[in-house]
Amino acid sequence: MAFLGNFALLLALALSVYSFGAGLLALLSPDDPKSQRLSETARRAGVVIFGGVLLASLALVISAFRDDFSIAYIFHHSNRDLPLPYKFATLWSGQEGSLLFWSLLLGGYGFVLRLRYKTDPRLFAYASIVLAAVQIFFLALVNFAANPFGLLEGPLRPDGSGLNPLLQYPEMVIHPPMLYLGYVGFTVPFAFALGALIMKYPGEKWIHITRRWTMVTWGFLTCGIFLGSHWAYSVLGWGGYWGWDPVENASLMPWLVGTAFLHSVMMQEKRGMLKVWNMWLVFACFWLAILGTFLTRSGIISSVHAFAQSSIGDWFAWFLGITFAVFVFFFLKNKEHLRSENKLEGMISRESSFLFNNLLFLLLTLDVLWGTWFPKISELVQGNKVTVGAPFYNRVAIPVALVLLLLTALGPLLAWRKTSFESLKRNFTWPTVAAAVVALFVMFTPASWGSIFGLRPWHDVSYFYSLMTIFLSALVAFTVASEFYRGGRVISEKSGQGMFASMVQLTHRNTRRYGGYVVHFGVVLVMIGFSGSALNQDKEAELGYGDHMQIGSYDLVCRSYTQDDNANQETEWALMDVYQNGKLLRTMTPQRIFYKASQQASTKPDIDQGFKEDLYLVYEGQNDKGQPVIKAHLNPMVIWIWIGAWVMIIGTGLALVEPAPAPVTVRVAKMIEQAAPVAGD
Amino acid sequence: MMSKSNSSVRRAVQCALLSLAIFLFSGASDPSTRFKEIGHQLMCICSCGQILLECNHVGCPASDGMRNELLAAVTRGDSDSLVQQAFVQKYGPTVLAAPTNRGFDRTAWIFPFVAFAVGFVAVVLVVRAWKNRPTAAAAGGPPVAGADLDRFRRQADQETEL
Repeated sequence: MAFLGNFALLLALALSVYSFGAGLLALLSPDDPKSQRLSETARRAGVVIFGGVLLASLALVISAFRDDFSIAYIFHHSNRDLPLPYKFATLWSGQEGSLLFWSLLLGGYGFVLRLRYKTDPRLFAYASIVLAAVQIFFLALVNFAANPFGLLEGPLRPDGSGLNPLLQYPEMVIHPPMLYLGYVGFTVPFAFALGALIMKYPGEKWIHITRRWTMVTWGFLTCGIFLGSHWAYSVLGWGGYWGWDPVENASLMPWLVGTAFLHSVMMQEKRGMLKVWNMWLVFACFWLAILGTFLTRSGIISSVHAFAQSSIGDWFAWFLGITFAVFVFFFLKNKEHLRSENKLEGMISRESSFLFNNLLFLLLTLDVLWGTWFPKISELVQGNKVTVGAPFYNRVAIPVALVLLLLTALGPLLAWRKTSFESLKRNFTWPTVAAAVVALFVMFTPASWGSIFGLRPWHDVSYFYSLMTIFLSALVAFTVASEFYRGGRVISEKSGQGMFASMVQLTHRNTRRYGGYVVHFGVVLVMIGFSGSALNQDKEAELGYGDHMQIGSYDLVCRSYTQDDNANQETEWALMDVYQNGKLLRTMTPQRIFYKASQQASTKPDIDQGFKEDLYLVYEGQNDKGQPVIKAHLNPMVIWIWIGAWVMIIGTGLALVEPAPAPVTVRVAKMIEQAAPVAGD
Repeated sequence: MMSKSNSSVRRAVQCALLSLAIFLFSGASDPSTRFKEIGHQLMCICSCGQILLECNHVGCPASDGMRNELLAAVTRGDSDSLVQQAFVQKYGPTVLAAPTNRGFDRTAWIFPFVAFAVGFVAVVLVVRAWKNRPTAAAAGGPPVAGADLDRFRRQADQETEL
């Protein structure tokens, strides 16, 4: 298998080099009659790269299934008793395998792109070359610097070291692929953007193509980030879902820039503005995704999630430098081609709201980048490292995020070109009043109604932020609802359909716009989930048989504690009966698992999720008497984060659906037709 | 001589500042609140990368001892800065969960706000510049037809989003 895998990797590298070289030659001599055939062979070679990398990946997975511990990577990341799904996940569980997986996904994206070349053969040829260049880098890495098929030195071992215990969780089988689909996917918009820049692509078609690819990629990255958060919450047992770790930040940065691009791209599509800006945003998405990979793998910044320190950091540093230089070179060479009109008719307009929206997204990205690198900068400047943790990000990022939320509410109510103050006041008044009512209700309702109520901002600054989040989230929700209502009402009046059917039709006619609103609504739910964190409670106790502990309105009773043993792991757990108002609600079983192969222990919290709050129990260990030490967290509103993430994914899918033809277009066209002769009179 | 209205304004400002101070510092003297607040500004030093009061991993060699030290310091009535200094002396500067507001560390806090101010001013200037650009003169001439009409239709379609 190692031989087959190595052969497939070399073949894929050779094909990438050919696809790049032949494609480049063909584009450099467009008048040569042979160039078209050469270009076609380059495209076909590009398609076959995927086959080569797929074969190599299958060889690695089969090696894991066959417990082939002669391969060092399999020895270090698997063992005989590892359940089958986790053996499959071995592919992306370590440094070398995950780089192979990256190549596989890039090959997959390239495969799809090269099959769809008829959309615009010349642009796709340029994009294909850029993709091939990136593919060469990753395949060179797995062939020469981080080979997953390297053989284990010394005698053959009977069993492997096992998979990291924290990765032995169902979500970890899908979280990395989603995240990687997001990271790798940003290569495709970058390839189109650089291709369009090099060839001085006429018109805006490239931006339409790029936007769709970016949306798909953004959807995957969103999914990956939230799956990662959910994994952290469900497995790590510290009761939180986001720790501002450098590796988490690495995934957030391209996501933020991608979000900025998905907004500013509308300016280019509708008004022909921000062409230079959009070009840079697409590049930044790609570059930050690679930078994130560099951070994770170079060991330059310490993180609990990072892969082992290795020499491949240098490879990534060079690659980052080269891509930056290539992009800047072509930008400076062809920037005149990106000249746009950039005329604003009103200060209060959709255009200016998008500019501020982009500013805030970029500021958030810059803050996260700054916080991630500051320990290293501090070490270089003053010789000692400092920690930049949650308190820094919370203080710096939360105010920006709140202003962004305000813009999310305001933006949809602003018209393109110009909005009158009166119109803004008319559309904005009732959502503001309704949101204020919601905020006041949350503030003055007694806390006994639920953990989120009784948020008095004068008690704590974090309560103030939470209350502001709730107010602004409600404002966004009401403006989104008013947009659906107003559009639906117009269709309902014209067609005589019911309101719901009209709103469905409205969404179908402009899937992108209303899909975007659904994404905004998802963001609202996520923000409401975040706002609950100000009211988190926790308590720790050593519990013998029948001992009680109280948290919030729950009375926890330790009914029993015991242990179990199988080939892969030893498990200790407590049986905790949960009572509320004297009534038994359920029994929970927080666990501690000791994995035999890796000789590592891990906790497995038990979480009782509810719409108001989560009861989260962690088995922290045993005291001297052998009794369990239980930590209980009460986390309000967390479930809304996961529901909101689903809504965001659904909204993204909706925005990607082809819209139905709108009969209203005919009316506008007729109006222009009728007006045209008059203008000439 | 200060007028009566000036005096009222000054009194109102003082009152507002006092209210703000009460709002910001209320609860600061409560030991359990202080333990929670300071504990969330410190890191566990076992290299788990977690905030001290959130470190939970099985058999952590550091967090229990650090929590006890923190509790003792808060119970003694040590000020926040004294507690932090003691931890920094014992465990090094990485024990603080965020950079301090002294020396080079201060740049960590200043940079985001400077970036925000510069960015904000830049966007305002860009918006104003774009707003003040001269508009192309309205075209007169013959009736619009053929390819031009199609183009206008597309543009209207694109920009109205009906």
